[in-house]
Amino acid sequence: MGNVFSSRTGVIVVGALIGVGAAVLQYLGNPANMGICVACMERDVAGALGLHRAGVVQYLRPEIMGFVLGAFIAALIAREHKPRGGSAPLIRFFLGVFAMIGALVFLGCPWRALLRLAGGDGNAILGLLGLAAGIFIGIQFLKRGYSLGRSYPQKPLSGWVFPALMVGLFLLLVFQVSFSPGGPIFFSQKGPGSQHAPIWISLAAGLIIGGLAQRSRFCTMGAFRDVMLIRDFHLISGVAALLIFAFGMNLILGQFKPGFAGQPIAHTDHLWNFLGMALSGLAFVLAGGCPGRQLFLSGEGDMDAGVFVLGMIIGAAVAHNFALASSPKGITDFAPPAVILGFVFCVVVGITQRDRG
Amino acid sequence: MTTKRIDARGLSCPQPVVLVDRAVQEGNTDLEILVDNEVSRENVLRMAARRGLKTDVRQEGQDTIIRATRA
Repeated sequence: MGNVFSSRTGVIVVGALIGVGAAVLQYLGNPANMGICVACMERDVAGALGLHRAGVVQYLRPEIMGFVLGAFIAALIAREHKPRGGSAPLIRFFLGVFAMIGALVFLGCPWRALLRLAGGDGNAILGLLGLAAGIFIGIQFLKRGYSLGRSYPQKPLSGWVFPALMVGLFLLLVFQVSFSPGGPIFFSQKGPGSQHAPIWISLAAGLIIGGLAQRSRFCTMGAFRDVMLIRDFHLISGVAALLIFAFGMNLILGQFKPGFAGQPIAHTDHLWNFLGMALSGLAFVLAGGCPGRQLFLSGEGDMDAGVFVLGMIIGAAVAHNFALASSPKGITDFAPPAVILGFVFCVVVGITQRDRG
Repeated sequence: MTTKRIDARGLSCPQPVVLVDRAVQEGNTDLEILVDNEVSRENVLRMAARRGLKTDVRQEGQDTIIRATRA
Protein backbone atom coordinates (compact mmCIF):
# COMPACT_ATOMS: atom_id res chain seq x y z
CA MET A 1 0.00 0.00 0.00
CA GLY A 2 2.12 2.87 1.25
CA ASN A 3 -0.37 5.60 0.37
CA VAL A 4 -1.45 7.04 3.70
CA PHE A 5 -3.66 9.64 2.04
CA SER A 6 -6.01 7.14 0.46
CA SER A 7 -6.94 5.85 3.92
CA ARG A 8 -10.07 7.07 5.68
CA THR A 9 -7.97 9.37 7.86
CA GLY A 10 -6.14 10.65 4.79
CA VAL A 11 -9.27 11.66 2.93
CA ILE A 12 -10.64 13.35 6.07
CA VAL A 13 -7.43 15.34 6.48
CA VAL A 14 -7.57 16.44 2.83
CA GLY A 15 -11.24 17.44 3.10
CA ALA A 16 -10.49 19.43 6.25
CA LEU A 17 -7.57 21.12 4.53
CA ILE A 18 -9.71 22.16 1.55
CA GLY A 19 -12.32 23.55 3.96
CA VAL A 20 -9.79 25.54 5.96
CA GLY A 21 -7.91 26.59 2.83
CA ALA A 22 -11.07 27.87 1.15
CA ALA A 23 -12.12 29.92 4.19
CA VAL A 24 -8.64 31.41 4.45
CA LEU A 25 -8.46 32.19 0.71
CA GLN A 26 -11.76 34.03 1.07
CA TYR A 27 -10.35 35.90 4.06
CA LEU A 28 -7.31 36.85 1.95
CA GLY A 29 -9.39 38.25 -0.87
CA ASN A 30 -11.28 35.61 -2.84
CA PRO A 31 -15.03 36.27 -3.34
CA ALA A 32 -17.48 35.45 -0.55
CA ASN A 33 -18.32 31.78 -0.09
CA MET A 34 -16.05 31.23 -3.08
CA GLY A 35 -12.72 30.62 -1.42
CA ILE A 36 -12.51 27.75 -3.86
CA CYS A 37 -15.04 27.01 -6.58
CA VAL A 38 -13.79 25.00 -9.50
CA ALA A 39 -16.68 25.93 -11.79
CA CYS A 40 -16.57 29.65 -10.93
CA MET A 41 -12.81 29.78 -11.25
CA GLU A 42 -12.84 28.06 -14.64
CA ARG A 43 -15.54 30.53 -15.64
CA ASP A 44 -13.23 33.38 -14.60
CA VAL A 45 -10.43 31.86 -16.67
CA ALA A 46 -12.76 31.69 -19.69
CA GLY A 47 -13.54 35.37 -19.13
CA ALA A 48 -9.91 36.40 -18.79
CA LEU A 49 -9.18 34.73 -22.14
CA GLY A 50 -12.03 36.68 -23.71
CA LEU A 51 -14.16 33.61 -24.38
CA HIS A 52 -16.99 35.48 -22.71
CA ARG A 53 -17.32 39.19 -22.04
CA ALA A 54 -19.00 39.27 -18.64
CA GLY A 55 -16.77 42.02 -17.26
CA VAL A 56 -17.22 41.13 -13.59
CA VAL A 57 -15.96 37.54 -13.82
CA GLN A 58 -12.61 37.66 -15.60
CA TYR A 59 -9.43 36.52 -13.86
CA LEU A 60 -6.83 33.84 -14.46
CA ARG A 61 -7.33 31.97 -11.20
CA PRO A 62 -4.03 30.47 -10.05
CA GLU A 63 -5.89 27.93 -7.92
CA ILE A 64 -7.00 26.11 -11.09
CA MET A 65 -3.43 25.93 -12.38
CA GLY A 66 -2.24 24.85 -8.93
CA PHE A 67 -4.76 22.02 -8.77
CA VAL A 68 -3.59 20.54 -12.06
CA LEU A 69 0.12 21.11 -11.46
CA GLY A 70 -0.03 19.90 -7.85
CA ALA A 71 -1.72 16.70 -8.98
CA PHE A 72 0.79 16.41 -11.84
CA ILE A 73 3.77 16.66 -9.50
CA ALA A 74 2.26 14.32 -6.92
CA ALA A 75 1.47 11.76 -9.62
CA LEU A 76 4.99 11.99 -11.04
CA ILE A 77 6.54 11.44 -7.61
CA ALA A 78 4.22 8.52 -6.87
CA ARG A 79 4.83 7.05 -10.33
CA GLU A 80 1.12 7.31 -11.03
CA HIS A 81 1.44 9.72 -13.95
CA LYS A 82 -0.02 7.65 -16.79
CA PRO A 83 -1.01 9.31 -20.04
CA ARG A 84 -4.27 7.76 -21.11
CA GLY A 85 -7.23 8.72 -23.25
CA GLY A 86 -9.63 7.78 -25.97
CA SER A 87 -12.79 7.13 -24.00
CA ALA A 88 -15.46 9.07 -25.92
CA PRO A 89 -13.74 12.47 -25.74
CA LEU A 90 -16.42 14.43 -27.62
CA ILE A 91 -19.19 13.14 -25.37
CA ARG A 92 -17.10 14.05 -22.34
CA PHE A 93 -16.60 17.52 -23.81
CA PHE A 94 -20.33 18.13 -23.97
CA LEU A 95 -20.87 16.59 -20.53
CA GLY A 96 -18.44 19.29 -19.39
CA VAL A 97 -20.36 21.98 -21.27
CA PHE A 98 -23.69 21.03 -19.69
CA ALA A 99 -22.15 20.42 -16.26
CA MET A 100 -20.93 24.02 -16.35
CA ILE A 101 -24.26 25.39 -17.56
CA GLY A 102 -26.02 23.63 -14.66
CA ALA A 103 -23.40 24.88 -12.22
CA LEU A 104 -23.78 28.48 -13.43
CA VAL A 105 -27.57 28.35 -13.11
CA PHE A 106 -27.03 27.35 -9.46
CA LEU A 107 -23.88 29.50 -9.17
CA GLY A 108 -21.28 27.04 -7.99
CA CYS A 109 -19.74 23.60 -8.23
CA PRO A 110 -20.21 20.96 -5.50
CA TRP A 111 -17.25 22.42 -3.58
CA ARG A 112 -18.84 25.85 -3.57
CA ALA A 113 -22.23 24.35 -2.65
CA LEU A 114 -20.54 22.99 0.49
CA LEU A 115 -18.69 26.26 1.10
CA ARG A 116 -21.89 28.28 0.64
CA LEU A 117 -23.59 26.10 3.22
CA ALA A 118 -20.59 26.47 5.53
CA GLY A 119 -20.96 30.24 5.12
CA GLY A 120 -24.63 30.14 6.11
CA ASP A 121 -26.21 30.29 2.63
CA GLY A 122 -29.40 28.22 2.93
CA ASN A 123 -29.86 28.17 -0.85
CA ALA A 124 -26.96 25.75 -0.97
CA ILE A 125 -29.21 23.13 0.63
CA LEU A 126 -31.33 23.11 -2.51
CA GLY A 127 -28.18 22.83 -4.61
CA LEU A 128 -26.85 19.91 -2.59
CA LEU A 129 -30.22 18.15 -2.73
CA GLY A 130 -30.21 18.69 -6.49
CA LEU A 131 -26.66 17.36 -6.71
CA ALA A 132 -27.70 14.20 -4.85
CA ALA A 133 -30.77 13.83 -7.10
CA GLY A 134 -28.68 14.18 -10.26
CA ILE A 135 -26.17 11.65 -8.96
CA PHE A 136 -29.04 9.28 -8.12
CA ILE A 137 -30.27 9.48 -11.71
CA GLY A 138 -26.74 8.85 -13.00
CA ILE A 139 -26.41 5.78 -10.79
CA GLN A 140 -29.45 4.21 -12.45
CA PHE A 141 -27.53 4.33 -15.73
CA LEU A 142 -24.40 2.90 -14.08
CA LYS A 143 -26.44 -0.01 -12.75
CA ARG A 144 -27.67 -0.73 -16.27
CA GLY A 145 -24.15 -0.99 -17.63
CA TYR A 146 -23.48 2.63 -18.63
CA SER A 147 -19.93 3.10 -19.85
CA LEU A 148 -18.14 5.50 -22.16
CA GLY A 149 -15.76 2.67 -22.96
CA ARG A 150 -12.14 2.10 -22.10
CA SER A 151 -9.35 4.59 -22.23
CA TYR A 152 -6.03 3.41 -23.60
CA PRO A 153 -2.43 4.22 -22.72
CA GLN A 154 -1.08 7.17 -24.72
CA LYS A 155 2.44 8.24 -25.60
CA PRO A 156 4.44 9.63 -22.67
CA LEU A 157 4.53 13.32 -23.61
CA SER A 158 0.79 13.55 -24.24
CA GLY A 159 0.28 13.58 -20.48
CA TRP A 160 2.27 16.79 -20.29
CA VAL A 161 0.03 18.81 -22.59
CA PHE A 162 -2.54 19.81 -20.00
CA PRO A 163 -0.02 20.72 -17.27
CA ALA A 164 1.88 22.73 -19.91
CA LEU A 165 -1.32 24.61 -20.75
CA MET A 166 -1.65 25.50 -17.07
CA VAL A 167 1.94 26.75 -16.94
CA GLY A 168 1.15 28.91 -19.97
CA LEU A 169 -1.93 30.37 -18.30
CA PHE A 170 0.08 31.09 -15.19
CA LEU A 171 2.71 32.95 -17.22
CA LEU A 172 -0.05 35.02 -18.83
CA LEU A 173 -1.21 35.91 -15.32
CA VAL A 174 2.24 36.81 -14.03
CA PHE A 175 3.12 38.99 -17.02
CA GLN A 176 -0.44 40.30 -17.56
CA VAL A 177 0.04 40.35 -21.29
CA SER A 178 -2.23 42.63 -23.30
CA PHE A 179 -2.56 41.30 -26.83
CA SER A 180 -4.34 44.29 -28.35
CA PRO A 181 -5.96 47.52 -27.14
CA GLY A 182 -9.23 46.54 -25.49
CA GLY A 183 -8.44 42.87 -26.01
CA PRO A 184 -7.45 39.97 -23.80
CA ILE A 185 -6.11 39.17 -21.28
CA PHE A 186 -9.05 40.64 -19.36
CA PHE A 187 -8.96 41.29 -15.64
CA SER A 188 -12.15 42.41 -13.89
CA GLN A 189 -11.99 45.88 -12.36
CA LYS A 190 -15.03 45.23 -10.18
CA GLY A 191 -17.21 42.31 -9.10
CA PRO A 192 -16.13 38.79 -8.09
CA GLY A 193 -13.44 38.65 -10.77
CA SER A 194 -11.62 41.57 -9.17
CA GLN A 195 -11.57 39.87 -5.78
CA HIS A 196 -8.68 37.53 -5.28
CA ALA A 197 -6.07 36.43 -2.79
CA PRO A 198 -2.41 37.24 -3.59
CA ILE A 199 -1.26 35.26 -6.65
CA TRP A 200 1.45 33.25 -4.96
CA ILE A 201 -0.73 32.29 -2.02
CA SER A 202 -3.48 31.16 -4.40
CA LEU A 203 -0.98 29.15 -6.41
CA ALA A 204 0.55 27.58 -3.31
CA ALA A 205 -2.88 26.64 -1.94
CA GLY A 206 -3.76 25.13 -5.31
CA LEU A 207 -0.54 23.15 -5.50
CA ILE A 208 -0.92 21.74 -1.98
CA ILE A 209 -4.58 20.86 -2.41
CA GLY A 210 -3.95 19.45 -5.89
CA GLY A 211 -1.14 17.26 -4.66
CA LEU A 212 -2.99 15.94 -1.64
CA ALA A 213 -6.23 15.46 -3.54
CA GLN A 214 -4.40 13.42 -6.15
CA ARG A 215 -3.06 11.18 -3.38
CA SER A 216 -6.39 10.88 -1.56
CA ARG A 217 -8.68 10.63 -4.65
CA PHE A 218 -10.91 13.28 -3.08
CA CYS A 219 -14.13 13.66 -5.11
CA THR A 220 -17.41 15.21 -4.01
CA MET A 221 -19.53 13.50 -6.66
CA GLY A 222 -17.84 10.17 -5.93
CA ALA A 223 -18.65 10.67 -2.26
CA PHE A 224 -22.42 10.88 -2.79
CA ARG A 225 -22.32 8.22 -5.49
CA ASP A 226 -20.47 5.67 -3.37
CA VAL A 227 -22.91 6.14 -0.48
CA MET A 228 -25.93 5.59 -2.73
CA LEU A 229 -24.44 2.95 -5.03
CA ILE A 230 -22.39 0.72 -2.75
CA ARG A 231 -22.97 2.11 0.78
CA ASP A 232 -19.33 3.11 0.96
CA PHE A 233 -18.73 6.05 3.32
CA HIS A 234 -15.04 6.47 2.53
CA LEU A 235 -15.12 9.62 0.37
CA ILE A 236 -18.13 11.20 2.07
CA SER A 237 -16.13 11.42 5.29
CA GLY A 238 -13.76 13.77 3.45
CA VAL A 239 -16.69 15.84 2.18
CA ALA A 240 -18.10 16.05 5.73
CA ALA A 241 -14.69 17.20 6.95
CA LEU A 242 -14.62 19.92 4.28
CA LEU A 243 -18.03 21.19 5.39
CA ILE A 244 -17.28 21.09 9.12
CA PHE A 245 -13.85 22.68 8.91
CA ALA A 246 -14.97 25.40 6.49
CA PHE A 247 -17.87 26.13 8.87
CA GLY A 248 -15.53 26.29 11.86
CA MET A 249 -13.06 28.53 10.04
CA ASN A 250 -15.89 30.81 8.86
CA LEU A 251 -17.04 31.20 12.48
CA ILE A 252 -13.50 32.06 13.57
CA LEU A 253 -12.97 34.55 10.71
CA GLY A 254 -16.43 36.09 11.10
CA GLN A 255 -17.55 34.88 7.68
CA PHE A 256 -20.65 32.93 8.79
CA LYS A 257 -23.89 34.75 7.93
CA PRO A 258 -26.96 32.49 7.97
CA GLY A 259 -29.98 33.12 5.74
CA PHE A 260 -31.49 32.74 2.28
CA ALA A 261 -31.95 36.26 0.92
CA GLY A 262 -29.03 38.51 0.05
CA GLN A 263 -26.37 35.79 0.18
CA PRO A 264 -23.20 36.60 -1.77
CA ILE A 265 -23.20 35.55 -5.44
CA ALA A 266 -26.36 33.51 -4.97
CA HIS A 267 -30.06 33.68 -5.79
CA THR A 268 -33.14 32.30 -4.08
CA ASP A 269 -34.86 30.48 -6.94
CA HIS A 270 -35.20 27.15 -5.14
CA LEU A 271 -36.45 25.14 -8.11
CA TRP A 272 -33.61 26.15 -10.42
CA ASN A 273 -30.97 25.96 -7.72
CA PHE A 274 -32.09 22.35 -7.36
CA LEU A 275 -32.38 21.58 -11.08
CA GLY A 276 -29.17 23.35 -12.08
CA MET A 277 -27.11 21.32 -9.65
CA ALA A 278 -29.06 18.16 -10.54
CA LEU A 279 -27.97 18.57 -14.16
CA SER A 280 -24.38 19.03 -13.03
CA GLY A 281 -24.54 16.02 -10.72
CA LEU A 282 -25.85 13.83 -13.53
CA ALA A 283 -23.14 15.04 -15.91
CA PHE A 284 -20.44 14.45 -13.27
CA VAL A 285 -21.54 10.84 -12.75
CA LEU A 286 -21.57 10.17 -16.48
CA ALA A 287 -18.09 11.70 -16.79
CA GLY A 288 -16.75 9.96 -13.66
CA GLY A 289 -15.81 12.87 -11.41
CA CYS A 290 -16.65 16.27 -9.98
CA PRO A 291 -14.95 19.34 -11.52
CA GLY A 292 -12.16 19.24 -8.95
CA ARG A 293 -11.49 15.57 -9.53
CA GLN A 294 -11.43 16.15 -13.31
CA LEU A 295 -8.63 18.70 -12.80
CA PHE A 296 -6.62 16.29 -10.66
CA LEU A 297 -7.13 13.50 -13.21
CA SER A 298 -5.99 15.87 -15.97
CA GLY A 299 -2.81 16.42 -14.00
CA GLU A 300 -2.31 12.65 -13.71
CA GLY A 301 -2.33 12.32 -17.47
CA ASP A 302 -6.01 11.54 -18.04
CA MET A 303 -6.62 13.28 -21.36
CA ASP A 304 -10.34 12.51 -21.30
CA ALA A 305 -10.63 14.41 -18.03
CA GLY A 306 -8.73 17.24 -19.72
CA VAL A 307 -11.33 17.29 -22.48
CA PHE A 308 -14.07 17.49 -19.86
CA VAL A 309 -12.33 20.49 -18.27
CA LEU A 310 -12.08 22.22 -21.66
CA GLY A 311 -15.79 21.47 -22.11
CA MET A 312 -16.48 23.21 -18.81
CA ILE A 313 -14.48 26.26 -19.86
CA ILE A 314 -16.34 26.49 -23.18
CA GLY A 315 -19.57 25.79 -21.27
CA ALA A 316 -18.84 28.87 -19.16
CA ALA A 317 -18.36 30.92 -22.31
CA VAL A 318 -21.66 29.62 -23.69
CA ALA A 319 -23.43 30.25 -20.38
CA HIS A 320 -22.39 33.90 -20.28
CA ASN A 321 -22.51 34.69 -24.00
CA PHE A 322 -26.02 33.27 -24.36
CA ALA A 323 -27.29 34.67 -21.05
CA LEU A 324 -27.85 31.31 -19.36
CA ALA A 325 -25.82 32.03 -16.24
CA SER A 326 -27.68 33.28 -13.20
CA SER A 327 -26.88 36.43 -11.29
CA PRO A 328 -27.78 37.45 -7.72
CA LYS A 329 -31.01 38.79 -9.27
CA GLY A 330 -32.03 35.26 -10.25
CA ILE A 331 -32.05 32.98 -13.26
CA THR A 332 -32.41 34.20 -16.84
CA ASP A 333 -35.20 33.44 -19.31
CA PHE A 334 -32.89 31.15 -21.22
CA ALA A 335 -31.77 29.06 -18.25
CA PRO A 336 -34.74 26.65 -18.10
CA PRO A 337 -34.57 25.54 -21.75
CA ALA A 338 -30.78 25.20 -21.51
CA VAL A 339 -31.01 23.03 -18.40
CA ILE A 340 -33.73 20.92 -20.00
CA LEU A 341 -31.60 20.50 -23.12
CA GLY A 342 -28.74 19.41 -20.85
CA PHE A 343 -30.93 16.79 -19.19
CA VAL A 344 -32.03 15.48 -22.58
CA PHE A 345 -28.40 15.18 -23.69
CA CYS A 346 -27.33 13.42 -20.48
CA VAL A 347 -30.27 11.01 -20.49
CA VAL A 348 -29.68 10.07 -24.12
CA VAL A 349 -25.99 9.51 -23.33
CA GLY A 350 -26.90 7.52 -20.23
CA ILE A 351 -29.27 5.26 -22.13
CA THR A 352 -27.28 4.75 -25.31
CA GLN A 353 -23.72 4.44 -24.03
CA ARG A 354 -23.34 1.04 -22.50
CA ASP A 355 -21.16 -2.04 -22.53
CA ARG A 356 -22.90 -5.38 -22.88
CA GLY A 357 -26.18 -5.94 -21.05
CA MET B 1 -15.64 -23.51 -9.08
CA THR B 2 -14.62 -21.50 -12.12
CA THR B 3 -12.76 -18.27 -11.84
CA LYS B 4 -14.70 -15.26 -13.07
CA ARG B 5 -12.39 -12.94 -14.98
CA ILE B 6 -13.13 -9.21 -15.07
CA ASP B 7 -11.11 -6.94 -17.32
CA ALA B 8 -11.51 -3.49 -15.79
CA ARG B 9 -8.53 -1.90 -17.51
CA GLY B 10 -9.11 1.63 -18.76
CA LEU B 11 -12.58 1.89 -17.26
CA SER B 12 -13.34 5.05 -15.38
CA CYS B 13 -14.49 5.21 -11.82
CA PRO B 14 -16.68 3.53 -10.52
CA GLN B 15 -17.14 0.92 -13.25
CA PRO B 16 -14.47 -1.50 -11.98
CA VAL B 17 -16.17 -1.56 -8.58
CA VAL B 18 -19.64 -1.91 -10.11
CA LEU B 19 -18.47 -4.90 -12.20
CA VAL B 20 -16.95 -6.59 -9.14
CA ASP B 21 -20.04 -5.94 -7.03
CA ARG B 22 -22.31 -7.34 -9.74
CA ALA B 23 -20.17 -10.46 -10.06
CA VAL B 24 -20.30 -11.02 -6.31
CA GLN B 25 -24.06 -10.57 -6.26
CA GLU B 26 -24.37 -13.11 -9.07
CA GLY B 27 -22.85 -15.60 -6.64
CA ASN B 28 -19.26 -15.67 -7.86
CA THR B 29 -16.80 -16.38 -5.06
CA ASP B 30 -13.66 -16.64 -7.11
CA LEU B 31 -12.75 -13.54 -9.09
CA GLU B 32 -9.74 -12.43 -11.06
CA ILE B 33 -9.82 -8.70 -11.72
CA LEU B 34 -7.51 -6.93 -14.12
CA VAL B 35 -6.85 -3.23 -13.46
CA ASP B 36 -4.28 -0.83 -14.85
CA ASN B 37 -4.19 2.01 -12.38
CA GLU B 38 -3.66 2.59 -8.71
CA VAL B 39 -7.09 4.12 -8.05
CA SER B 40 -8.95 1.13 -9.49
CA ARG B 41 -6.69 -1.17 -7.50
CA GLU B 42 -7.46 0.63 -4.24
CA ASN B 43 -11.18 0.76 -4.97
CA VAL B 44 -11.45 -2.90 -5.95
CA LEU B 45 -9.49 -3.99 -2.88
CA ARG B 46 -11.72 -1.89 -0.63
CA MET B 47 -14.84 -3.33 -2.24
CA ALA B 48 -13.54 -6.89 -1.95
CA ALA B 49 -12.78 -6.36 1.75
CA ARG B 50 -16.29 -5.03 2.31
CA ARG B 51 -17.77 -8.08 0.60
CA GLY B 52 -15.69 -10.37 2.81
CA LEU B 53 -13.37 -11.56 0.06
CA LYS B 54 -9.75 -12.45 0.62
CA THR B 55 -7.45 -10.81 -1.92
CA ASP B 56 -4.13 -11.57 -3.45
CA VAL B 57 -2.42 -8.99 -5.68
CA ARG B 58 0.24 -9.52 -8.30
CA GLN B 59 1.78 -7.24 -10.89
CA GLU B 60 2.16 -8.19 -14.54
CA GLY B 61 3.79 -5.41 -16.53
CA GLN B 62 1.46 -2.41 -16.51
CA ASP B 63 -1.44 -4.50 -15.22
CA THR B 64 -2.38 -5.43 -11.70
CA ILE B 65 -4.16 -8.72 -11.22
CA ILE B 66 -6.33 -9.02 -8.15
CA ARG B 67 -7.49 -12.48 -7.16
CA ALA B 68 -10.46 -12.26 -4.80
CA THR B 69 -11.87 -15.37 -3.16
CA ARG B 70 -14.32 -16.17 -0.41
CA ALA B 71 -12.25 -16.78 2.70
